[in-house]
Amino acid sequence: MTAATPPSSVDMSVDLAGVRLPNPMMTASGCAANGREMHRFIDVAQLGAFVTKSVKAQPVSGRGTPRMAETPSGMLNSIGLQGPGVQAFVEEDLAWLHSIGARVVVSIAGSTASEFAGVARAVVRSRYASAVAAIEVNISCPNVANRGLVFACDPASSHKVMTLVREEVPRGLPMLAKLSPDVTDIVEIADTVLKAGAHGLTMINTTLGVAIDVDRLRPHLIAATGGLSGPAIRPIAVRAVWQVAGAMRAGRIRTAPIVGAGGVRTGRDALELVAAGASAIQVGTAAFNDPTAPERVGRELEALIAERGFTRLSEVTGIAHERFTP
Amino acid sequence: MSARTIAAREGAGVVQVDAEVLGNSAVGAYRHLTLVTPGLAEIARPGQFVALAVGDGTSSMLLRRSFSIHRVSPAGTYGATTEIVVAAAGPGTEELTRLEAGASVSVIGPLGKGFPLPSQPVPCILVGGGYGSAPLFWLAEQLRERGCPVEIVLGAATADRLFGVVEARRVADGVTVTTDDGSAGTRGWVSDVLPDLIARTGAGVLYGCGPMGMLRSMSAIASDHGIVAQVAVEEAMACGVGICMTCVMPVADQHGTTKMVRSCLEGPVFRGDRVRWEAFDDGLCRVPADAVGAPKEAR
Repeated sequence: MTAATPPSSVDMSVDLAGVRLPNPMMTASGCAANGREMHRFIDVAQLGAFVTKSVKAQPVSGRGTPRMAETPSGMLNSIGLQGPGVQAFVEEDLAWLHSIGARVVVSIAGSTASEFAGVARAVVRSRYASAVAAIEVNISCPNVANRGLVFACDPASSHKVMTLVREEVPRGLPMLAKLSPDVTDIVEIADTVLKAGAHGLTMINTTLGVAIDVDRLRPHLIAATGGLSGPAIRPIAVRAVWQVAGAMRAGRIRTAPIVGAGGVRTGRDALELVAAGASAIQVGTAAFNDPTAPERVGRELEALIAERGFTRLSEVTGIAHERFTP
Repeated sequence: MSARTIAAREGAGVVQVDAEVLGNSAVGAYRHLTLVTPGLAEIARPGQFVALAVGDGTSSMLLRRSFSIHRVSPAGTYGATTEIVVAAAGPGTEELTRLEAGASVSVIGPLGKGFPLPSQPVPCILVGGGYGSAPLFWLAEQLRERGCPVEIVLGAATADRLFGVVEARRVADGVTVTTDDGSAGTRGWVSDVLPDLIARTGAGVLYGCGPMGMLRSMSAIASDHGIVAQVAVEEAMACGVGICMTCVMPVADQHGTTKMVRSCLEGPVFRGDRVRWEAFDDGLCRVPADAVGAPKEAR
């Protein structure tokens, strides 16, 4: 293992809508499978939370291949929410995460609002529910079968999903809404899901792109479109967090913790999102390059905060708003 | 510069190291790289692979490139080394072919499941397409240690795209070479020479590594002869370690149930008769309608 970093005096703990996490680092949904594979490289129980692949009610094969294309400082993917279905997820994946003592954020998905609710119900009523730190409601996956139906692009649809899921989630278990950047006004969507009962927001999901195979002169991906992720989209993530945190600070929308995601590869990247208003950080695509990235970024972030003379992560959350004069 | 271990958790069966490049030499159309990889070489098996990062943590190419392990030396002069064969196919692999001795490269491995070895000393035929032959020589040595007679068939488009003809003669009982243009060996494909070779040697197992089309045809030939083909597939991978879900392919299990499985974890070696080859066409692979969780036509 790498040499241990000297103990710093920074309190990295996070209050995620009432749930205490020892540190802000999370995996990003769909970028770490369900834990076992990454556990070969880092102890996933040491992360602030492990975020699962989005799980639906029934098994999903996902799309054919190619599902992936490398792009400058990023990639496109159209996995199509491949997964074992919630029953197998609970019995195999959640059981394992529970057994190693991980704090789990279960990402749920559905083709209908009631499917989301059913998946949430199965998770929170399972015998491993004690491992669940939060539910992340994936209303923003661009790779659903019905392309016209990205819930997070429509305030009414996202409101309905959040309302039905909220009925299943017990008091004290935070419900995070994961938002898409592919909307006209992300503040409006944030306002809608917070009014529907979301306790926090994860921003952002991938943004839609297309890559053309210039040898075959057709789309590279079998689904044509895919979600763009990686450092290429980091400024979009920082912008989304900046806008929504700004609206919260101005009192225009309800205040809630923001989990920043999108293009984080280093501690500096994470610090950008924190300063823009994120309380916690997810590392996604960077883990494909470095499976230790979720842990490494946390160490780097802590060192940067200490270097800048702060003693608590929470002191830095949103600080860029205080230091900005329009 | 020397190798540095980034992750090596007990019992993980895989390590992440910043390897030192010990050598980089031209072999025909390819580059042969020797990497100092402490903790990796000791636990690797033929058929497993390594995933290399391109550049450092600032590179704009984030996805790892995967290569079959050509050989390992657990106790070489410079410590444990791993050898791979790299073909420049795009900007990422191009950059890897230019790594100079002394340079550092991030390596993860050994990854995936290796070739299963027969419990009985049966005759085996090892088939390599292009530099897909890389893992076969090490495999041949292990098979012969078990008393298996070994034939090697190497095929490529042209003579310079063959890999390991000299090495094959050293580790096998017989070697057959084919090229599409006839610039070396028999003109044609490996599938042209396989049926006769199976009949002549009484082979019980075919092992293969190379392009999907070649693996498909050798699997069909194996089935025709009532024998098993173990094939190491080539599928585009983003991570190599099982977390990205991009390298899936339709494979039937022992009960006949088809799932979209990760070739980096459940493979890269599959039994040829379990792969749903008919799903592959024109650079695409479609989900078979009977696969678990396949999209409903009604949608």
